[in-house]
Amino acid sequence: MKHTLSVMVENKPGVLARVAGLFSRRGFNIDSLAVGVTEKPEVSRMTVVVNVEEHSLEQVYKQLNKLINVIKVIDLPDDNSVQREMIMVKVKADAKTRAEVIEIVDIFRGKVVDVGKGTISIEVTGPASKLTAFEELLRPYGLVELVRTGTIALPRG
Amino acid sequence: MKISGAQALIKSLEKEGVDVMFGYPGGQIMPVYDVLLDSKIKHILTRHEQGAAHAADGYARATGKVGVCMSTSGPGATNLVTGIATANMDSVPLVAIAGQVATHVIGTDAFQEADTTGITLPVVKHNYLIMRPEDIARTVQEAFLLASTGRPGAVVIDMPSDVSRTQVDFRYPDKLTSLPGYRPTTKGHNRQIKEAARLILAAKQPVIYAGGGVITAEASEELRQLARLLDLPVTTTLLGKGAFPETDGLSLGMLGMHGTSYANFVMMKTDLILAIGARFDDRITGRLDTFAPHAKIIHIDIDPAEIGKNVSVDVPIVGDARKVLKDLLAALKPKVAESGPPDTSAWHKQIREWKKEYPLSIPPGGLRPQFVVDEIYRVTHGKATIVTDVGQHQMWSAQFYKCSKPRQFISSGGLGTMGFGLPAAIGAKIGKPGSRVVNIAGDGSIQMNSQELATAVLNNVAITIAVINNGYLGMVRQWQELFYNKRYSHTHLRRGESPDFVKLAEAYGALGMRVTEANQVEQALKEAFKVKNGPVLIDFMVEEEENVFPMVAPGASLDDMIGG
Repeated sequence: MKHTLSVMVENKPGVLARVAGLFSRRGFNIDSLAVGVTEKPEVSRMTVVVNVEEHSLEQVYKQLNKLINVIKVIDLPDDNSVQREMIMVKVKADAKTRAEVIEIVDIFRGKVVDVGKGTISIEVTGPASKLTAFEELLRPYGLVELVRTGTIALPRG
Repeated sequence: MKISGAQALIKSLEKEGVDVMFGYPGGQIMPVYDVLLDSKIKHILTRHEQGAAHAADGYARATGKVGVCMSTSGPGATNLVTGIATANMDSVPLVAIAGQVATHVIGTDAFQEADTTGITLPVVKHNYLIMRPEDIARTVQEAFLLASTGRPGAVVIDMPSDVSRTQVDFRYPDKLTSLPGYRPTTKGHNRQIKEAARLILAAKQPVIYAGGGVITAEASEELRQLARLLDLPVTTTLLGKGAFPETDGLSLGMLGMHGTSYANFVMMKTDLILAIGARFDDRITGRLDTFAPHAKIIHIDIDPAEIGKNVSVDVPIVGDARKVLKDLLAALKPKVAESGPPDTSAWHKQIREWKKEYPLSIPPGGLRPQFVVDEIYRVTHGKATIVTDVGQHQMWSAQFYKCSKPRQFISSGGLGTMGFGLPAAIGAKIGKPGSRVVNIAGDGSIQMNSQELATAVLNNVAITIAVINNGYLGMVRQWQELFYNKRYSHTHLRRGESPDFVKLAEAYGALGMRVTEANQVEQALKEAFKVKNGPVLIDFMVEEEENVFPMVAPGASLDDMIGG
């Protein structure tokens, strides 16, 4: 089962290696991991989506807390947090299909960020499931390149 | 006043109360070694960095203080790694300092460069790469705090040579300024302690299962009081040996793969396990899904991650074993005073029967390894500090050397590191000079760090090295006999051909003796113990194919013992 964890860490060299190493060492599967600064310059927030059973989740939580540079670990349940991810995708689009593609982009409240010869590049943000749906709709047109950021999340309220 | 980074490092170690350290110099750590000449810290030069790490570990286990070792960069640091991992697995407070190439060449594959923080990351409690000399004092302070508090462990400090050479204003901080992510829980939760007391008083067939955490927390006295208060039988892990006197009628000795039959039967029949500072490791539980089927479990540990890791627990108590036991005693005493201790006489009767029916025994005839350990026990009146290597001799030591005091039994439990014994014994003796220290070694293990005989000789370290020489990597041979159809693949060490341990000892300037008959053991030990100015090695030529029994086969249920 997927769980989203928000891991507040000291903004120090090597912290990412400590956290990532812990996951591989203890055999926990990571779906995605996103790191960035927070409102405090000395603190970074890692958003980790792990795919584990309940028992292992407790171990993930405890083992993360054991890392000296980890300040706090928060479990973010889907129904009590806001979760977002961004996708950038370059899709084939010629004169015939371009309008159709842009229509899909509009429905998903995405943005065209670049237009090339026979391709357009789009950004969309939203929950991971929305981006996956978007990706699938574009697939028939021919996906040239694609990148996703991994989920970031904040608790509600 | 400005001083060099190297001076700042040594001054910081002095501030932390370090009086002895173990190490081996080399290029990038030379500035620190230069300063060491003018320090009051005693430095013991080992003959291998691994020896330095194990010696610091042995020193820490024998004294309870933080052990300190030091090496140069690259191969010096990688040689420390086994010792660091050994200490960390057994929750031993260790600070390891390694030289590093200068900051401006880090990452260029410079001469003797290794990514020491990267390599040690999975085997430490924490590690540091010091990039600025102004960080030295704070880093050393944090390192000692982390190594010695909470669940102790190994901390590595990687020290680039230019940081050692740069001048810096030195001021040792009065107290820690910043470790926002480190807050070990020491006081147990009141409600859980009450619930634990309730379960203990309700149990008909209770047992205490005590581990190394009892010794670390210095909770032996509280454990003894608790066991006495309610007549609770006590079994200990390998690392818990000495946490409770094994000479006491309530002691069941060690449990697990090579534990006593009665300790294992007790675990399988008990209705309540009170686990204290132990971690339900696979060598203890045997097959997990059949382990202790009738038991409720109370688990006291300072590391929350250990609770519920291998077995599910009914009453988790995170805290320092000593504090929690004090609180638990306080909760129990008035209740016991009011209505008396619960009646567990049937349980004790059963345990007495098991003890009678399945005692540990020494096979007759020849020079038996168990007999040698038993003689060491007898001649030292059970008061020696025993330092073992890893293998059959380690298990025989655990079975036959009954310990009555904490820190009396020193052994690499978690990592199972061969070659640990001799250097650890040197460290233990230096830490506790008044104690009789006996390294019980195997003929395989001793050869992994026998170079440290030079360290012992040159520093007048009066330890006794009892080599249980069966000419085999005995534990592996035993497994080959039992599980690999007696196909002895590369376990025969061909004793009698090489080496001659007596001559080896003599080559290093130590006294060497050989014992081939049972009736020579006592005399040899007494003679060895007369030597006060250096190590003595006794080569005990024991029966070659003796096995350690009882044995729970790997993956078997704990009450399914071979030779039990």
